[in-house]
Amino acid sequence: MDTLLIHILNSLLYASVLFLIAGGLSLIYGVMRIVNLAHGNLYAFGAYVTAWVIGRLIGGGPEASVWLYALLPAGAVAAAALGAVLEPTLLRPLYQRAEEYQLLITFGLLLILEDLMRLIWGPYPLSVSALYEALGSLHIGEAIYPTYNLAVIVIGGVAAAGIWAFVYRTQFGVVLRATSQNKRMAAALGVDVNRVYVEAFTLGCFMAGLGGAVVVPQQGAVLGMGVDALILAFVVVVIGGLGSLEGALVGALLVGIVREFGITFFPEIELAVLYLMAAIVLLIRPAGLFGRA
Amino acid sequence: MSPLATSSRRWIIWAAPVLVVLAILPVIVPPYQTVLLSYGLVFAIAALGFNLLLGYTGLLSFGHSAYFGVGAYAVAFVVKYLKSESMELFLLAGIAASAVVAALFGVLCVRYTRIFFGILTMALSQVLWSLAFKFFWVTGGSDGLRVPTPTLIAGAVKMDTGPAGDKLAFLSHRYYYYVLVLFALAVAVMWVIVHSPFGKALQAIRDNETRAEFVGVQVWHYRWVAFIISGIYTGLAGALWVPLNGLTTPDILHWTFSGKIVFFTVLGGFQTFFGPIIGAVIYNYLETYAVGHTVYWQMVLGIVLVVLVLALPAGIVGTAHRLLPRFRRPAVS
Repeated sequence: MDTLLIHILNSLLYASVLFLIAGGLSLIYGVMRIVNLAHGNLYAFGAYVTAWVIGRLIGGGPEASVWLYALLPAGAVAAAALGAVLEPTLLRPLYQRAEEYQLLITFGLLLILEDLMRLIWGPYPLSVSALYEALGSLHIGEAIYPTYNLAVIVIGGVAAAGIWAFVYRTQFGVVLRATSQNKRMAAALGVDVNRVYVEAFTLGCFMAGLGGAVVVPQQGAVLGMGVDALILAFVVVVIGGLGSLEGALVGALLVGIVREFGITFFPEIELAVLYLMAAIVLLIRPAGLFGRA
Repeated sequence: MSPLATSSRRWIIWAAPVLVVLAILPVIVPPYQTVLLSYGLVFAIAALGFNLLLGYTGLLSFGHSAYFGVGAYAVAFVVKYLKSESMELFLLAGIAASAVVAALFGVLCVRYTRIFFGILTMALSQVLWSLAFKFFWVTGGSDGLRVPTPTLIAGAVKMDTGPAGDKLAFLSHRYYYYVLVLFALAVAVMWVIVHSPFGKALQAIRDNETRAEFVGVQVWHYRWVAFIISGIYTGLAGALWVPLNGLTTPDILHWTFSGKIVFFTVLGGFQTFFGPIIGAVIYNYLETYAVGHTVYWQMVLGIVLVVLVLALPAGIVGTAHRLLPRFRRPAVS
């Protein structure tokens, strides 16, 4: 019973991080119709910035004080800032062109960002495990679970609620959805489409960066984490439906659960099962479980 | 005279001197250079196959690493389980395996176009990658499988036995010619394919699917056959690549390797017949020298790709066509 609880909590933990990454990817696709292959690198960028900022402040000191946790979102802000620069400079010239070129330029961006992180932070992993350890563990029944992981699950839940409120309950969300549904009509009604695009892209990158920031205390920041995360985020988005936030949430939960139980019960084919799930959903419902066809 | 005969004649005028230069190259340049060129020619075969889908059928696959990897792993399995070192058997295994996988994946993928096609091909290639990665008792996991130097033409041509350095001599000379002959054959066959009624039908599908369907082209069927041919070419490239590399690892099944195939096809120019060939050879030099000069070689390649997409979307050959009016003619004809 307690192992089951631990499995469920681990699934939720994994789903929280995946939702942050995949939700951003889906949001960007939903508004701009661009599949950003460099999205995983923005997640990695968020992880590195957070690890670097907090690592600098901790210095040699062993104590992690409360205000260090307040600095976790530094990575998210940095990823958002990077996104705000990238969209107008690299992506905007390509909206009129075939989508092959959009995929290719984000692939080029992936290669550049991967090495940029190596250039800035070196080839070795950065870690701030002090933040993870300082929170200790909680007893749930007879099981023991790290408190920090519970915090990440809460952050994932809050982020999902926040993004939902933002898209469905604010003026900006209305403009965003209008642009997503019909760009030209929105422009004709006085919406500054270029601005909406920058904002959507920045928001998507913020989510990816936040995902990176919250995993740093637990896993650290390593090279290659972005490419690995991207492909799983793809699986989530394909299952849930490209461009759908609800889909990203359900997809993240599904992938989180399958992955957690896969690692326990069928470790050899755990990844293959995930990719096959994506392929099967694509074959049965190309638009995904929650997508608009 | 039929248009095919005219364009073929013009083509032979250009291709013959190039082949002669390629044939005498091992005599002139150091062995390392011919090995490097062998890699380029092998990638060119993959690019040629890939471009049958992208340039001629209008389908962007982001999963061609699957067929390259299947070709390479089929060779490794021949070595591991059949204990054979015959190159012809390698090629047979590589082609057969990639044809089967391409037929299977293709039947699923060609139901879609555009971004869904790309993602589906990518997801399926990732299935193979994760299997190669996890089933280490079969595939060697991330260590991969070793492939020894093969014997060519039913064992008639072998590596000299004796002191060290022989392998380089073999690869830079005998194996280079082997690759060159297969490369020339592959180019000639692809030329015939794209100029055949079948190739014309593919281009009709690319330009206007509805209209092609309307004049009686079975779109689904043509796309599927194109997918299989494309997969076989890429599988052949994979099988030829393994003896050069001496080792096959899951890296060549990963989706980033598919990205490379797309990269060099666009670098050369996917709207031309020869663009992908030029692109593959140049990309190979670019990557080799970038890797040799800096640990940040990915950044160099990334910058090249970004500049390419923004400034030279037609690729090297496409841009040359535009700049040199002498060569101006319908690019994909």
